Amino acid sequence: MATVEVTGVTKFFGSTQVLKDVYVSIADGEFVVLVGPSGCGKSTLLRMIAGLENITGGTISIGGRVVNTVPPKDRDIAMVFQNYALYPHMTVFDNMAFSLKLANAPQSVMEDEVGRAAKILGLGQLLHRYPRQLSGGQRQRVAMGRAIVRNPQVFLFDEPLSNLDAKLRVQMRAEIKELHERLKVTTVYVTHDQIEAMTMADKIVVMNHGVVEQFGAPLDLYDRPNNLFVAGFIGSPAMNMLEGRIEDGAFRTPDGAAWPLPPNGTGERPAEVIYGIRPEHLRLDPDGIRTTVQVVEPTGSETQVVLRCGETAMLGAFRERVSARHGDVLPVMPDPALVHLFDRQTGRRISA
Amino acid sequence: MQQAGAPARWVPEKREQTWLAWLFDWKPFLIVICLMPAVGLLLVFLTYPLGLGIYLAFTDATIGRSGVWVGLENFIWLAGDPIFWGAVFFSVFYTGVATVLKFALGLWLALLLNNHIPFKSFIRAIILVPWIVPTVLSAIAFWWIYDPQFSIISYVFVDVLGWRDTNIDFVATAWPARWSLIAANVWRGIPFVAISLLAGLQTIPPSLYEAAMLDGATSWQRFRYITVPMIMPILAIVMTFSIIFTFTDFQLVYAITRGGPVNSTHLLATLAFQRGIPAGQLGEGAAIAVSMIPFLVFATLFSYFALARRKWQQGESND
Ligand SMILES: Nc1ncnc2c1ncn2[C@@H]1O[C@H](COP(=O)(O)OP(=O)(O)OP(=O)(O)O)[C@@H](O)[C@H]1O
Ligand SMILES: [Mg+2]
Repeated sequence: MATVEVTGVTKFFGSTQVLKDVYVSIADGEFVVLVGPSGCGKSTLLRMIAGLENITGGTISIGGRVVNTVPPKDRDIAMVFQNYALYPHMTVFDNMAFSLKLANAPQSVMEDEVGRAAKILGLGQLLHRYPRQLSGGQRQRVAMGRAIVRNPQVFLFDEPLSNLDAKLRVQMRAEIKELHERLKVTTVYVTHDQIEAMTMADKIVVMNHGVVEQFGAPLDLYDRPNNLFVAGFIGSPAMNMLEGRIEDGAFRTPDGAAWPLPPNGTGERPAEVIYGIRPEHLRLDPDGIRTTVQVVEPTGSETQVVLRCGETAMLGAFRERVSARHGDVLPVMPDPALVHLFDRQTGRRISA
Repeated sequence: MQQAGAPARWVPEKREQTWLAWLFDWKPFLIVICLMPAVGLLLVFLTYPLGLGIYLAFTDATIGRSGVWVGLENFIWLAGDPIFWGAVFFSVFYTGVATVLKFALGLWLALLLNNHIPFKSFIRAIILVPWIVPTVLSAIAFWWIYDPQFSIISYVFVDVLGWRDTNIDFVATAWPARWSLIAANVWRGIPFVAISLLAGLQTIPPSLYEAAMLDGATSWQRFRYITVPMIMPILAIVMTFSIIFTFTDFQLVYAITRGGPVNSTHLLATLAFQRGIPAGQLGEGAAIAVSMIPFLVFATLFSYFALARRKWQQGESND
C-alpha cells in the first residue's frame, strides 16, 4: 500500500495539451475516483500513473518514490482495463497466474495465490475456461483477479464497468467497493458516471478539459462545489442555475422574482451572480416564489416537477405528492442555507 | 394517414403455388441446383486434369502415342532412379530451408513494420515488390545476377571492393547452385510472409501488451507469450501456403538452372516437366508429379493440425 502524489503534471500529445498542471494527492489506502466528461484526460492521467504514457511535465510519485522514469513493471501497480485485456489464449488460471509465472514463481505459489483471488471473486468454477467462454461480468472479475494476484501497492481501474448492463454495474460497483474495504489497497478509479463516483469514492477528482476542477470528498463536492462546472456535474438531478443580480438583500431574476440569499459570509459579493439551488432543496411553501408547472413526474418516492420561473426552466424534487397540473402556479421556497452563489464572470463559488 | 374511404387493412394477395415454385422451395433440389455450377467447374477444370495426370502416371504414354496401362511400372522404375531421388532430396531440402528462412526473415520484417517507423506505408509498399513482379521476370533477373561472367555481385566484390580475385561461382557447381536458388526463392517469398504476418500482428490489441507490461513481462517475454501464440493461427495458414508454393516451385529453378548442373538442382516439378515434355515421356513425368502428392498432403496436414487448431479460438464450452 502506498500514497500517490501527482504534482504539477502536464501532458502534451504532439502540440495538443491534454493535462494542465494537475495536482492530486492520494493517501495510503484511499479510494479516489477520477470523474469528468469524455475526453477530459482521465484515462491519460491514469495511464501516466501506470507508466503506459510518458510524463511531459511535473512528477508522479508512488509510495514516496518519484516514478517518472520507472518502467510500468517496476511501479508495483495493477491495472484493470476498460476492455479487460485478458489474454485470449490463456485460461482464467493462466491469465491470473501470468505475472507469477513471469516472476518464476513455483507452481504451488501460483495455485495458492490464484486460489486466494478466485475465492475472493467467486471464480473457482471458471479457472480452466478461456476468456471467450465467459460472460462480461465474469471477464470483469477475472481482470480484477489478475490485479489482485499481483498484490500491488496501487490498483488502477479504467472505466471497468462501462461494458456491463445497468444491473450488473450496480452489483459490481458494490463488489469493487467491498473488495477495497477488505484489501485496503490504494485505488484510483476512472469513470464518467458521477453516481459511480459519488457512491464509491473516498475522494473525487472532478476533471474538465485537462484541469482538476475540484478535489475532495463526495459530500464536500455536493455541499460546496467550487465552481459552476462541479455544481452542474455532481448531483443528480442536476442543480438549477438562475442568472440575475443581487439587489436590496435578495437575488432578483430579470422577471423580478426575489429569492432569499444565503447567510452572508465575510466576502464581497459581486452584483452579477448565478444562483444555484438543487432540486431536492426546494420546498413547497404557500408564501414562496410563484412558478408555473410544466411537467409533473411522480417516481413514487418523490415527485419531480419541471417548473418555469420567468424565462428559466428549473426542476424541483419534493417528498410530498404534488397533484398540480400543467399551467398551475406552484409556490416554492429554497432553503437559504443550501443555496450556492457563483460569480457570473469567473464561474467561481462566492464563499458564504 | 389513412383516407376515410380506404379499406381498413391491406391484406396480402394469396398466390397459387405452381409446381415450379414448389420445386424451388424444396431444399434438396435447391441445394443441387445451387451447387451444380461450382461442382461442374471443379470437375472440368480441376478434377479432370488431375485425374488425367494420375491416369497418365500408370501408362507408358509418350508424346504422340496414348500408351497402355502399365500399372506401377513407372513408379518401380523411378524407385531405382538416382536422379529422381536427388530431386526428392532437393525438393525437401529446398522447401525446408527456404521456409525456415522466409519465416524467420518475414517475421522479423513484420515485427519491424509493426512498430512506428518513418515512411511506414512507403516501406510496406516497397516490401511487396518482389511479390508482385512476375516470377519469370525475377528469375531472369537472378539468372543475370548469378551469371558466371557478368554477375553484379561478383563485379562488386572483385572490381569495386577488390575483396576477391575471381568471380563467384553461383550456379556452376551443385551446392552453390542449390543455395543460390534458395536465396532467390526466399527473396521472392518474404513479402507474402511479411505482409500476412503483419496483418496478423495488427489484430493483436495493444492493451494486451500493456497488460503484459504491467504484469512484468520483458519485451522478449511479450513476444514469446503474447505475439507468438496470437499469430500462430495465421502463421499456420501462411506456412501451409508457403510450403505448397515452395515445394511445387518450377519457374525460378527452371529459369535459372534448368535443373543443372548435372541434375543437381532438379525439383520434382522441374524433373517432371523435363521428363514429360522435352523428353516426351508423358507417363514417367506424370508419375513424378503424382509422387509429389503424398509430400504435399503430409505438409498440409502437419501445419494444419500442429499449428492451426487452437482451443481458445473456438467458442465451445469445455466443461
Ligand atoms: N495517443 C493520443 N494522441 C493524441 N491525442 C490523444 C491520444 N490519446 C488521447 N488523446 C486526447 O487526449 C484527450 C484525453 O483523452 P483521454 O483518453 O484521457 O480521455 P478520457 O477522459 O479518458 O475520456 P473517456 O471518458 O472518453 O474515456 C482527448 O481529447 C484525446 O483526444
Ligand atoms: Mg478513457
